[in-house]
Amino acid sequence: MAGAKEIRSKIKSVKNTQKITRAMEKVAISKMRRAQVRMTEARPYAEKIRRTIAHLSQANTEVTHPFMAERPVKRVGVLVVSTDRGLCGGLNTNLFRQLTRSIREWRDAGIDAEYAVIGNKGLSFFRRVGGQVVAQNSNLGDKPHIDQLLGAIKVLTDAYREGRIDRLYLASTQFVNTMTQRPGVRQVLPVQPDAGVQKLADNWDYIYEPSAAELLDTVLQRYVESQVYQAVVENVASEQSARMVAMKAATDNAGKIINGLQLAYNKARQASITKELAEIVGGAAAV
Amino acid sequence: MATIEIDIVSAEGQIHHGQASMVFAPAEMGEVGIAPRHAPLLTRLKPGAVRVKGVDGVEQAFFVGGGILEVQPHLVTVLADTAIRAKDCDEALATEAKRRAEEKLSNAKSDVDLAKAQAELMQAAALAEFLTKIKKSTH
Repeated sequence: MAGAKEIRSKIKSVKNTQKITRAMEKVAISKMRRAQVRMTEARPYAEKIRRTIAHLSQANTEVTHPFMAERPVKRVGVLVVSTDRGLCGGLNTNLFRQLTRSIREWRDAGIDAEYAVIGNKGLSFFRRVGGQVVAQNSNLGDKPHIDQLLGAIKVLTDAYREGRIDRLYLASTQFVNTMTQRPGVRQVLPVQPDAGVQKLADNWDYIYEPSAAELLDTVLQRYVESQVYQAVVENVASEQSARMVAMKAATDNAGKIINGLQLAYNKARQASITKELAEIVGGAAAV
Repeated sequence: MATIEIDIVSAEGQIHHGQASMVFAPAEMGEVGIAPRHAPLLTRLKPGAVRVKGVDGVEQAFFVGGGILEVQPHLVTVLADTAIRAKDCDEALATEAKRRAEEKLSNAKSDVDLAKAQAELMQAAALAEFLTKIKKSTH
């Protein structure tokens, strides 16, 4: 019965693992719902500020803000939004694969890059592959607040203002639905206004209070912040749904393994009973 | 009667959306009143009350802790800040993020805390004023 005993303890350990993965799945489901709500709440602000930017790009301003002007690209800044914890399927891996592809393209074009990283996973990625990380922030929790992101954003926007970087990208995972999350590297600066916005009258400009330069600066800074905030909130929703799917798969797999082991255990038990019977019968026949 | 579309949003959600006959907002250079077909205007807001006079003449007030006001002839957009903002506070946060990238130990947050506390105080004072005004008007 030695084999049977081993199998029994194996079944027990797989069952324990299954309990954990099932609990994690349940937790991820409830966190995901809340994260999705937060994501939809952040959307109106992002939409409205994008509309303002689109209006702004049509105005005849006497000053051109650097955030709206293209310039030759020698160096780019990338803000990488990753998760703090693992066990969420290929979420981070897919993002980093996409990012590596972009980095290679930049390198081939002779463009340098520097990074601001949000999330522990991104940090360990850069620790592994190397790269100049100029700012980082992690452990934002499930309810990221815009306060926590301002520092990392400012480091990159300042670098852009000073001309140290010529473009700002945002590498993050977009939440499509519970099953699909799409990683991507998108350009944030210089601003590319949406094309499909209502055309306003020709030849007009805002009244600026106090000054145009200052206001453009504030609006564009807020725009960058709202884009990053949106990305971070989407990342949390993506993380939870990816984890939910991953943990569901793990729970199912554990169930399959348990079934297989149970079958092996039953066979082993039956074999030992048969053997004992054969011995008894053999003994009786000998008498 | 001419009306103007008003949107008040913050990063944490939509606060108000509707038609108005008049909008008052605490702009940085003094309170502004916006009637329909106002000239395009872009300005920063101080912490205070944005008052929206509806089509039916009923006035509603919303507290904003600062932000941006954009006016188009047919449209008013208030982009309210949720974060407590102050210039030196942002500066300190930036250095903080930089420092964190270099070493992951953090205890010295005094600069951030001080700047934040000041801005928070300003906002709290404006909120208190706003609330007392509301109390008075309802009595």
